[in-house]
Amino acid sequence: MSQDHDQKTITVSVRVWRQAQGEKGGRFVEYEVADTPLEASFLEMLDILNESLVEKGEDPIAFESDCREGICGTCCLVVDGLPHGPSQCTTCQLQMRNFEPEAKITIEPFSTGAFPVIKDLIVDRSSLDRVIQAGGYITVHSGPKPEPNSVPIEHEIMEDALDASACIGCGACVAACPNGSASLFTSAKIHHLALLPQGQPERNTRVKKMVEAMDDEGFGSCRNYAECQASCPKGISIKYIGRMNSDYIKATVLDTDRRGSMHAT
Amino acid sequence: MMIDFNSAIPSGPVEDKWSNHLEHVNLVGPRNRPSYDIIVVGTGLAGASAASSLAAQGYRVHVFIYHDTPRRAHSIAAQGGINACKNYREDGDSVHRLFYDTQKGGDFRSREANVYRLAQNSTAIIDQCVAQGVPFAREYGGMLANRSFGGVLVERTFYCRGQTGQQLLLGAYQSLQKEIDQGRVILHSRCEMLDLVKVEGRARGIIYRDMVSGEIRSAAGEAVVLATGGYGAAYFNSTNAINSNGTAIWRAHRRGAAFANPSFVQIHPTCIPVSGDYQSKLTLMSESLRNDGRVWVPRKKDETRKPGDIPESERYYYLEERYPTFGNLVPRDVASRAAKVVCDEGYGMGESGYSVFLDFRDAIKHQGQSTIAEKYGNLFNMYEEITGESPYQQPFRIYPAVHYCMGGLWVDYNLQTTIPGLYAIGEANFSDHGANRLGASSLMQCLADGYFILPQTIGDGLQPMFRDKVDTSHPEFAKTTAEVKDRINRVMSIQGDSTPLSIHKRLGKQLWNHCGMSRNASDLKGAIDQIDGLQSEFWNNLKITGSADDINPTLERAMRVADFLEIGSLMCRDALTRDESCGCHFREEHQNAEGEVLRNDGDFAHVAAWEWKDEDTQQVRHEEALEFDAIQPATRSYK
Ligand SMILES: Cc1cc2nc3c(=O)[nH]c(=O)nc-3n(C[C@H](O)[C@H](O)[C@H](O)COP(=O)(O)OP(=O)(O)OC[C@H]3O[C@@H](n4cnc5c(N)ncnc54)[C@H](O)[C@@H]3O)c2cc1C
Ligand code: FES
Repeated sequence: MSQDHDQKTITVSVRVWRQAQGEKGGRFVEYEVADTPLEASFLEMLDILNESLVEKGEDPIAFESDCREGICGTCCLVVDGLPHGPSQCTTCQLQMRNFEPEAKITIEPFSTGAFPVIKDLIVDRSSLDRVIQAGGYITVHSGPKPEPNSVPIEHEIMEDALDASACIGCGACVAACPNGSASLFTSAKIHHLALLPQGQPERNTRVKKMVEAMDDEGFGSCRNYAECQASCPKGISIKYIGRMNSDYIKATVLDTDRRGSMHAT
Repeated sequence: MMIDFNSAIPSGPVEDKWSNHLEHVNLVGPRNRPSYDIIVVGTGLAGASAASSLAAQGYRVHVFIYHDTPRRAHSIAAQGGINACKNYREDGDSVHRLFYDTQKGGDFRSREANVYRLAQNSTAIIDQCVAQGVPFAREYGGMLANRSFGGVLVERTFYCRGQTGQQLLLGAYQSLQKEIDQGRVILHSRCEMLDLVKVEGRARGIIYRDMVSGEIRSAAGEAVVLATGGYGAAYFNSTNAINSNGTAIWRAHRRGAAFANPSFVQIHPTCIPVSGDYQSKLTLMSESLRNDGRVWVPRKKDETRKPGDIPESERYYYLEERYPTFGNLVPRDVASRAAKVVCDEGYGMGESGYSVFLDFRDAIKHQGQSTIAEKYGNLFNMYEEITGESPYQQPFRIYPAVHYCMGGLWVDYNLQTTIPGLYAIGEANFSDHGANRLGASSLMQCLADGYFILPQTIGDGLQPMFRDKVDTSHPEFAKTTAEVKDRINRVMSIQGDSTPLSIHKRLGKQLWNHCGMSRNASDLKGAIDQIDGLQSEFWNNLKITGSADDINPTLERAMRVADFLEIGSLMCRDALTRDESCGCHFREEHQNAEGEVLRNDGDFAHVAAWEWKDEDTQQVRHEEALEFDAIQPATRSYK
C-alpha cells in the first residue's frame, strides 16, 4: 500500500525493546507500521501494530497505558532516547502528526536501577509508592474536621501547592536522570505538603523519612543535571529540590523533644 | 434461593434517617476489629477512601487492583470538581436543595433516603480533604472558591483547576499508603479479580489472576467490598480509561448479586469527537467549560465559513434558545440529546457532521484571556495537543460520548448487595443518581461512600460472623478456582480468527447506535440478536496469542470482552423493558410534543433489579418501588 494518500497516513518503522519475563537482557526488534492515520496518537500506532501481530499469531508488545490523556502516569516509554519522547508531555499525548513520514523511531522502557524491567516495555515503579508511604501524607482519620475556611490560605500559596502536587508519578524524572535520582518526584510532594498549614506538624519527620526511603530504594543522588525538569510532562520545577535539601538539613539538625520544643541533636 | 430485596431504609423523616440508623447500627469494638479481614477491590476514590478508613479503624484490609499502583485508578482523570452544599456563596444552597437537585437531575429514579444522606455528608467531605492537604482553589482572601455545574442554580462545586479527581485521589492514596506502611493494609497490585467465592450464601473471598505470573490465586475475608468503577467501556469508545471494565461486578452478579438499572448510562455532552476507527478512547472536556463557553451551530446547513466569520445573527445558540433559564448549563442528558438532534438535522460541523461548537469568544472578551487561562488552561492545552487547534483562537468542536454508569450492583441502605457480606461502593453500585447524574456528583458519592458511609455500616453485617472464620482451604475456594481456570483454558484454546479487540469494537457499535442517546424497541431487539451473534463468534472463533502464564494483554482483554458481551445484552434488555423515557433513557416512543422525555410514573417509578439464574435461563427482572415522601416527582423542566 502506498503511503500519504491525501497526506492522511504515514508509514513509520519502530525499533522496539523486547525482553521476555525473567530474561536478564533483551534486544531491539524492528517493525514497520504502514498507513498509520496522522490523527492517531503514538500509542494508537502501537495498538495498530499489536493488533497486526496478534492477527499474525505473534506475541504483541507489552506496554502500559490507561487514561490516555496525560493524567494517570501509567504510560512510560523512552522514545528516541527521551522519556515520553521529544515533546514535554506524556507518551500517550504524543501524536503521530508530529512525526516525520518514514520516521524511524526507537522505543525503550523507562528502566533504571530502581525500575526493573518486567517484560518488554513494562517496568516496576513501585519504589515510588514506597517513598510516599514513608511519609508523603498528612495523618488524618475519617471523621469530623474543622471548618476549612477557619484557616485562610493565600491564593498564590495554593497555586504553588497545586503546581507541585500536579506530579503524576510516571517516573520520567528518574528515567531522565543520569544518576537515576528520584529527587524531583520526592521534593514535589514535600513541597506541596510543607506549604500548607496542615502539613506543618509532620514536616520534619516527613522530609527525613522520605529522603531516607529514597536512598533505601536505590535511587541515585541529585547532581543538578536538571534533566528531570526537562523531561517532566507536568513542568515540575527543580526549585523544589533546593527546598527539600534545606528542609532535610533543618530536620536532621533539629529534633523535636517530647514537650515539642526544638533542640539541636 | 430467593433474592432479598429489603432496602433496609430506616424509618422516620428523611432528615433523621441517617442519624437514627447510626444510633442503632451494630458495631464491632476496636479490640475486635483487627481479627476481621476485609477485601477491598479497587482504589479509585471509593476504594481508596474506604480501605484507608477501615484500616484506620483497625480492620485488616486486603486491597486488590489491576493497576501497578493505587494512584492510577480511573478517578484520577476526573476534571471538573466535587459538589458540597456549603452555601459559601449564600446563594440559597442547603442540604435540601442539593437533595432536590440530585433527585430532579436523576429524573426521580433514585432512592430518596440514600440521596438525602449523600447531601448530608457532602460538606464533611470537603473538610476531610482539606485536612489531608488537598489543594482546592482559594479566592484572593484565602477562602475556598466555587464554580457551577449543569442542572443547578447555585455555585457549589469545589475544584483544583481541571484536575480535581487527581488531587482528591492523591489525598486518599496518601492516606492509604500510610496504612500500608503501618501494616494494616496489604496491597496486591497487578491482580485482577475474576470471581467471587461464596460460602453458605455469604461472600467470603475472591479469585484473582496475578497478571505478571498468570497464577490463579484466592483470598478470604469476612466481607468483600467492590469499588471497581463503571462498565461504560462496554461501548468501546468512551471517556473511561482503556482498562476500565465490568468484570468484577459482572462476576458478582453471576454469583447472585442483583444488577440494577443496567441501561442507565450517561452520555457526556462535551467530548472531543471521534475521528477514526483506530481511536482507542474519547477525551472529555470538562462540563465546567459550559460555565463560560457558549454552545452553538450555524443556522445554515452545509456552512463553509470559518466559525469566527459567522455573524451573531447566523449562529444558533440552541441551548440558550430552548432552555432560557438554565441555558448552556442544562443537565448532561438534555445537552447531549440536543446536540444529537441538531446534528441529525444536518447542522453539525466537521467532516462527519457530528460535532458542535463550544465557544469562548465572548468569555475571553469579557473576562480577559488570563482569567480564562487560569480557570481552564489545562483543558485548553489538552484540546490543542490532541486536535492541533487552539480554543483561544477558534471554538472547541465537541460531541457527546459515553461517560458514566448510573446502573450497577443493587445495594441496600448499608451499601450491601443482595449477597450478604458483599458491598458495592462508588460507580460500581447503582448509586444515588437515578436516570442521570449531575456533574461533580460522582466524586461526592464515591467519597461519601468510602469515608463516611461504608465504614459506619459495615460493622452491622460483621457482628454475627465473629467466631466463624473461613480460609482459602475451604472447598468452595478450590471449586471456584477450578471454574476460573476452566474458563481461561476455554478462551485460550479456541484458536480462531477474531481478535478480542475486533469483537469489542463491534459490540461498542451496537450499543452506541441502539442503546445510546436514543433508543427504540425494534432497534433494541435487533441489537440483542446482534450481540448474541457476537457472543457465539467469541466462543467459537476467538484468537489469542501468547500464554496464560505470562503478562498477556490480549487474554486480559478477552476475559473483559466476554463479560462486556453479557453486560451489553442485559443493558439492551433493560432498556427494552423500561417502556418509558426518563433521564438518559430516551425511548423514541415516549416523548412530548417538544421532543423531551415523557416519564411514566404510574408504571415505572421503580428500580429494575435483575437476578442471574443460570447459563440457560434469562435473568429475572425484579422491581423495587421508589417511594417519594419528601419531594413529589414533577416533570423535569429546565426551560
Ligand atoms: C474523564 C472523566 C472525568 C470525570 N470528571 C468528573 C468530575 O469532574 N466530577 C465528578 O464528580 N465525576 C467525574 N467523573 C466520574 C468519576 O470520575 C467516576 O465516576 C469515579 O471516579 C469512579 O470512581 P470509583 O472509585 O468508583 O472507581 P474507579 O476510579 O474507576 O476505580 C476502579 C478501581 O477498581 C480497580 N478494579 C476494577 N476492576 C477490577 C478487578 N476485576 N480486579 C481488580 N481491580 C479492579 C481498578 O484497578 C481501580 O483501582 C469523570 C469521569 C471521567 C471518565
Ligand atoms: S496513559 Fe495515563 S498518563 Fe499516559
